[in-house]
Amino acid sequence: MSAPVSVSLLVNGEPIDAVVLPRLNLADFIREHLKLTGTHVGCEHGVCGACTVRVDGEIVRSCLMLTVQAQGASVETIEGLSDSGEIADLQAAFRERNALQCGYCTPGMLMTAQDLLKHVSMPDRPAIREHLSGNYCRCTGYQAIVDAVEATARTRAERRA
Amino acid sequence: MKAVAFAYARATSVVNALELLAAHGDKAKVLSGGQSLMPAMNLRLLSPDILIDIGGLAELRGIAVRGDVLVVGALTRHVDLLGSPEIALHAPLLRDAVAHVAHPAIRNRGTIGGSLAHADPASELPACVLALDATIVVRGPAGERRIAATEFFKGIYETALSPDELLVAVEVPVAGQGTAFFFQEYARRHGDYAIVGLAACAVVAASSFSDLRLGFFAVGDRPVLAAAAGKLINASVTPALLAEATAALADELDPQEDQQATAAMRRHLAAALLRRCAAALLARPELEKGATR
Repeated sequence: MSAPVSVSLLVNGEPIDAVVLPRLNLADFIREHLKLTGTHVGCEHGVCGACTVRVDGEIVRSCLMLTVQAQGASVETIEGLSDSGEIADLQAAFRERNALQCGYCTPGMLMTAQDLLKHVSMPDRPAIREHLSGNYCRCTGYQAIVDAVEATARTRAERRA
Repeated sequence: MKAVAFAYARATSVVNALELLAAHGDKAKVLSGGQSLMPAMNLRLLSPDILIDIGGLAELRGIAVRGDVLVVGALTRHVDLLGSPEIALHAPLLRDAVAHVAHPAIRNRGTIGGSLAHADPASELPACVLALDATIVVRGPAGERRIAATEFFKGIYETALSPDELLVAVEVPVAGQGTAFFFQEYARRHGDYAIVGLAACAVVAASSFSDLRLGFFAVGDRPVLAAAAGKLINASVTPALLAEATAALADELDPQEDQQATAAMRRHLAAALLRRCAAALLARPELEKGATR
């Protein structure tokens, strides 16, 4: 029982082949096996959002997904989004507005905020709060995070115009 | 916490999944989106010997209209329900309900079949299928079985599914002329478990209900199709009649007390939802206030 299973997936565009125990969740695989420690593990039952990653372009909780379920999938972590420059402006806005303090929630916040900005070009503050409602921050009180996301939406809209 | 060790089998077809279920019985759990199963396993509330992953079975995906029935595959995700034009047209109640289910990252994985088979009494979709008079289609070693939604939910996390059966689809009658829907829930924060919720489906003609199905959730060990709705059907809905119906509802419900609310508070909120529902569906805002005493 519980024999290791082989799994092949893309992580930040790089092909990965691994043999893992079925119980290993995707968050732990990314952190412990691939040493990509930007993805954080908070509650381990889907409530806090710190482990948010993209799988096939959609955000998911990596603590609620088994590594073996990612067979054939394309996984993107905060390192991928950061290195490609996709969220450089969003990260800068977070810095400028002090939208982080301890930083534990920040990777998940950035993944989720970027997901919103990809789907809605100019979300209002209630829409931003709604989309981020599954990501907990215990430092900022959220105000500065909503500010940063709103500011990024505005600059991106201006750039497009 | 992390889940206890378990074995893993990736089903290659529905037939294969049924073979695996037949071999492992109640020592197995079916893994669909995993958004309820994985938390329960991580918290070690559940420790199955083996997970049977049906996530790759394309035959369980998709939404189709067949005659006057909307067929929703078990692996249809919450996000698919939100965005589907067929759902918006024929069963908008499901779309309205899913907007209250957790958060985007959860809705990208969670499935309708998983939600129904899990049968959390505080969950939105089980109450919706009651209100919609849907049929749950399951397959087992002896073939297909069709179970009325009203017969499907048996208790907390308990359904009419036997361990060797797989939920494959949900059939929803398409909304006819005059059909109207109502969905609201009380929750501490958006995306949290509901304290009390109501999914309702009505046929409104000449300012009265010719049919009304009230699916309440988080009011007991399973979703409840309230018999109190009968008082409002084919009747002139006055504040007095509505008060009679809410009193009957309070008698009928047997809500649990937990850290979120007392039983009395749940009865009170259920009555408020019923008044709000009648007011919204009949477009008579004054009904929401209730009878003056």
